[in-house]
Amino acid sequence: MSDAVLTARALSASYGKKVVVSGLDIEVCSGEILTLIGPNGAGKSTVLKTIASQLPVIEGKVFIGGKDISDMSSHEIAKVLSVCLTDRITAEKMTCEDVVSTGRYPYTGRLGILSAEDRGIVHEAMELTGVSALADRDIRFISDGQRQTVMLARAIAQQPQVLILDEPTSFLDINNKLRLLSILKELARNRGIAVIQTLHELDLAQRFSDRILCIRDGRADMTGTPEEVFSGDNISRLYGMDCGTFVPLFGTAEAPAVQGTPKVFVIGGGGSGIPVYRRLQRQGIPFAAGVIHENDIEFPVAQSLAAVTVTEKAFEPISDESVQKALAIMEKCDEVICCPDSFGTMNGGNRRLLGEAEKTEKLKREQDKEI
Amino acid sequence: MTGKRIMRRTVCFVLLAAIAVVFFVMELVSGSADISVKDVFSALTGSSTDGTAGTIVRSIRLPRAIAAALLGGGLSVSGFLLQSFFNNPIAGPYVLGISSGAKLTVALAMMLTMQNGILLSSAGMVGAAFAGSLLSMGAILLLSGKVKNMAQLIIAGVMIGYICSAVTELAVTFADDANIVNLHNWSMGSFSGIDMENVRVIAVIVIAAVAAAFMLSKPMSAYQLGENYAKNMGVNLRLFRLALILLSSILSACVTAFAGPVSFVGIAVPHLVKNLFGTAKPIVVIPAAFIGGAGFCLVCDLIARMLFAPAEISISTVTAVFGAPVVIAAMLSRREQKGSV
Repeated sequence: MSDAVLTARALSASYGKKVVVSGLDIEVCSGEILTLIGPNGAGKSTVLKTIASQLPVIEGKVFIGGKDISDMSSHEIAKVLSVCLTDRITAEKMTCEDVVSTGRYPYTGRLGILSAEDRGIVHEAMELTGVSALADRDIRFISDGQRQTVMLARAIAQQPQVLILDEPTSFLDINNKLRLLSILKELARNRGIAVIQTLHELDLAQRFSDRILCIRDGRADMTGTPEEVFSGDNISRLYGMDCGTFVPLFGTAEAPAVQGTPKVFVIGGGGSGIPVYRRLQRQGIPFAAGVIHENDIEFPVAQSLAAVTVTEKAFEPISDESVQKALAIMEKCDEVICCPDSFGTMNGGNRRLLGEAEKTEKLKREQDKEI
Repeated sequence: MTGKRIMRRTVCFVLLAAIAVVFFVMELVSGSADISVKDVFSALTGSSTDGTAGTIVRSIRLPRAIAAALLGGGLSVSGFLLQSFFNNPIAGPYVLGISSGAKLTVALAMMLTMQNGILLSSAGMVGAAFAGSLLSMGAILLLSGKVKNMAQLIIAGVMIGYICSAVTELAVTFADDANIVNLHNWSMGSFSGIDMENVRVIAVIVIAAVAAAFMLSKPMSAYQLGENYAKNMGVNLRLFRLALILLSSILSACVTAFAGPVSFVGIAVPHLVKNLFGTAKPIVVIPAAFIGGAGFCLVCDLIARMLFAPAEISISTVTAVFGAPVVIAAMLSRREQKGSV
């Protein structure tokens, strides 16, 4: 790619003398969001700090707009790259507007007095991030979510080409997480800013990144689009998951399955079984699920949580063979729960299962269960 | 910035300046010799040739008042620089032991020179005090790398202060009688005995250092967000920190050289100014702390002189009475802030 705003070649990120990550090649284009993911302590933040020239580049090169950052003065770098960190702000008596105004630092004169234009840019940044109402509030006395957004406004006021954020969503509630990431998306799309961030929330990384870089064991494990990275067992492998499983489709994890002889048989399908699977897992009851099509939305959840899953090929009616298999397991269970409230051509086999269960005392309709 | 804020700041500046001017005049007018305002003016303008009153005003009260104003202002700015450096509102040259370090080296220098029958020059005093300030500052910096807790840093500073004072006491014990009298008066802190030659040296150092500090207000405002942000904004951290240390040391050294250690002004005045102006922006606080510190020390000096006149009490006694409660208030407000987050 020739329009890369920021490029790193064979970059090593080191903390003190210790090399944490080595051999990194990174390219971020204008308007693109690159997200770094990886286990705790993999060195994501160190990589960010190195790119942001907060830490010295010991090996390799970092270019911004084709210029080597080691040839740029800190003043020049400040005009093209800004950061948004999770550092606690302890400044006394600074209003949010004061904080955002510091983003104009590289552009103001000797005494740092803002021009009318600077002030306009500050107001625009606050408008864009929706923190204008906080302008006169003390930065120490607003919520974490508000503070993080104000720090983003500060970074925007710096008018960078590259915006670097270290875990921008860490202390935010779900709504604020989505809001902040949407603002980033908008910035990237409308202003062509290249965004590089680290995230711990994989579901959000999957939904809000153009490209993802996985860092593990001191090197780039893999890099690609979210679709490429969130497939197969990439994520489980990246994090060395040995407790529970990761469901790439949803970008979320399921708790480890309760192993053992199934005590409950769950007739599922179409996603109706998911809450039941999760409840049984929580209560520590081993269960069987069936018959679930391999392309059913609840298939990965059933696979993750059930001790046994009876499955059927995608888009095929449930075969007799599968029904017999399910019945054999159901017979040994103390209880049967039926989740779907309608049956059709494809899951006709599950209607048969329900019919068999109705002949016994075992059946409990999901609706009857107290939640 | 809204009009309301500009208004508030203007009013506050006028208020501080008014306090400084009023008490500056009071310093000239009051004293054991009864001299009227009119006589003071004529003494200053030189139209009166009346010997005694003119001499008292011109060579005793005027230099003392100017010194109190300049040194008070310098001390406050020095405190503000240290607070910015350590990101701690209760840091100051006195509590961090920097004044005591200066006091030690000045005392040693004084004794050495007196033994050889020479009187230490103004520049020599400042030089000795600066060396002492840097010595204490170096110790504090070494410790600040080890202790992350701000309270511990302050305690370390107070301990360094005690060590310096102990060594000073020890030196005084072995000094000649005449020297002790001289030293004792000075080491308690006082603006008395400052002459016009001293004032010239003070003016040059304090005005230059405060002006330099004012020029640092831009990086200081960036530094208030923390060093990582400052770095990203293009602040050369190493140079900036060095400048802060040198300027705060030279200011507190200048004060100690001429007036001895003066307590708590460096913390109390910036704290009051920040609350009065409702901001911690260096571009506002530095000039305001300078004017406020001048007023504060003029008031305190007047009290020191007049309360038990003709006997004088030490300036630190007065500044401690007014300053220490403010320091406690500053500490409590910091605690409150931590509790709320």
